[in-house]
Amino acid sequence: MNVHPIAVYSPHRTVWIYVIASLFAWLGIYFNLAALTDAAFSMLPLQRDTPMGDAVHFFIFDTPKVLLLLTLIVFAMGIVHTFFSPERTRALLSGRREGAGNVLAASLGIVTPFCSCSAVPLFIGLLTAGVPLGVTFSFLISAPMVNEVALALLFAMFGWKIAVIYLGLGLTVAIAAGFVIGKLKMEGHLEDWVLAIHRSRLQIEGIRKSWPERFVEGGRSVREIVGKVWPYIIAGIAVGAGIHGYVPEDFMASIMGREAWWSVPLAVIIGVPMYSNAAGIIPVVEALLAKGAALGTVLAFMMSVIALSLPEMIILRKVLKIRLIAVFAGVVACGILLVGYVFNAVL
Amino acid sequence: MKEIKVLGSGCTKCVITAKLIEEVAEEKGIEVRLDKITEMAEIVSYGVMSTPAVVVDGKVVHSGSVPDRVRVGSWLR
Repeated sequence: MNVHPIAVYSPHRTVWIYVIASLFAWLGIYFNLAALTDAAFSMLPLQRDTPMGDAVHFFIFDTPKVLLLLTLIVFAMGIVHTFFSPERTRALLSGRREGAGNVLAASLGIVTPFCSCSAVPLFIGLLTAGVPLGVTFSFLISAPMVNEVALALLFAMFGWKIAVIYLGLGLTVAIAAGFVIGKLKMEGHLEDWVLAIHRSRLQIEGIRKSWPERFVEGGRSVREIVGKVWPYIIAGIAVGAGIHGYVPEDFMASIMGREAWWSVPLAVIIGVPMYSNAAGIIPVVEALLAKGAALGTVLAFMMSVIALSLPEMIILRKVLKIRLIAVFAGVVACGILLVGYVFNAVL
Repeated sequence: MKEIKVLGSGCTKCVITAKLIEEVAEEKGIEVRLDKITEMAEIVSYGVMSTPAVVVDGKVVHSGSVPDRVRVGSWLR
């Protein structure tokens, strides 16, 4: 990296110091969390072995852990996002054929900054740049589903293995569903005004950013994302804590267990009207899992909540005719179902 | 007078962006005509892929986030 001599006196240096100091503080707190929460718990007039005590202990142990990991991962992803932009993704994807294009599109979905309110311009921007419909869908499925909040929470609550499995399965669903939609040749089911748009002309030139600027962006995503989802997470952990303390062991095994074959489709259907509160749902899901729910069912539920949301479909209705939306939802739902069943069968 | 358009489906970020531009323009005493474009067909006709986006005198100068104050100031000169 090229350091300009003026940088020594500039605010850039302060940013570096701030980032490094925060990182050390983070590490210090994170690795002493068990001791800190035990100390906090011992100040309360509660016993671990009572339902109330168990619930409260779960709450005060999980809340800081989840928020800390979320902050770090959102910060890191905020920095990664500065290396990518929708325009760059479009340039990388235009002219790609199906197959390899689907894989690339799904992967770019993870690292490209994406907000579901921009789904429509993004969709059109990709199509008009010559990206095939199926490849565009791979991106559109992967971007919200494999997002940093979901991954951070899975990592915090279930460990890295499940986070990696979720990442792999999310990508697989996005690649396969996009591929299938591409093969169905449904270009005619776009709304007419979309078909009438010609190649877009704009290129906003990318500005090369320095590392401190990227750090500032990372900090900004932390404020934006963590600032928005923390109430859901705390509510989720509180519900999870209640389930933890009061719901009997193996209670969920009968309704969400591996033997109940119908639980996977049911989980997917229940997941559709729920939107974006993955942040609040994962802590609940963890508690369900601890009470005997099957992992495949739970993951299917999560994916359905995040990838198939009613509000997003309403937004997409502006560009897609009903039949294409139905196919999109159907194909993704089938992919999720398959993931749920395979998981329950294998593990 | 500057013609400024904020492109966006009406999400919070777009509202914040428009408000920020108004504020900075007032601070600098520059007259602007600010339009909020929420019609999808018009938004995509500018070729932007992520909103909020800002168009100054017909040219797209920003897209994908709430711009910072310094950036906004640089458009209002």
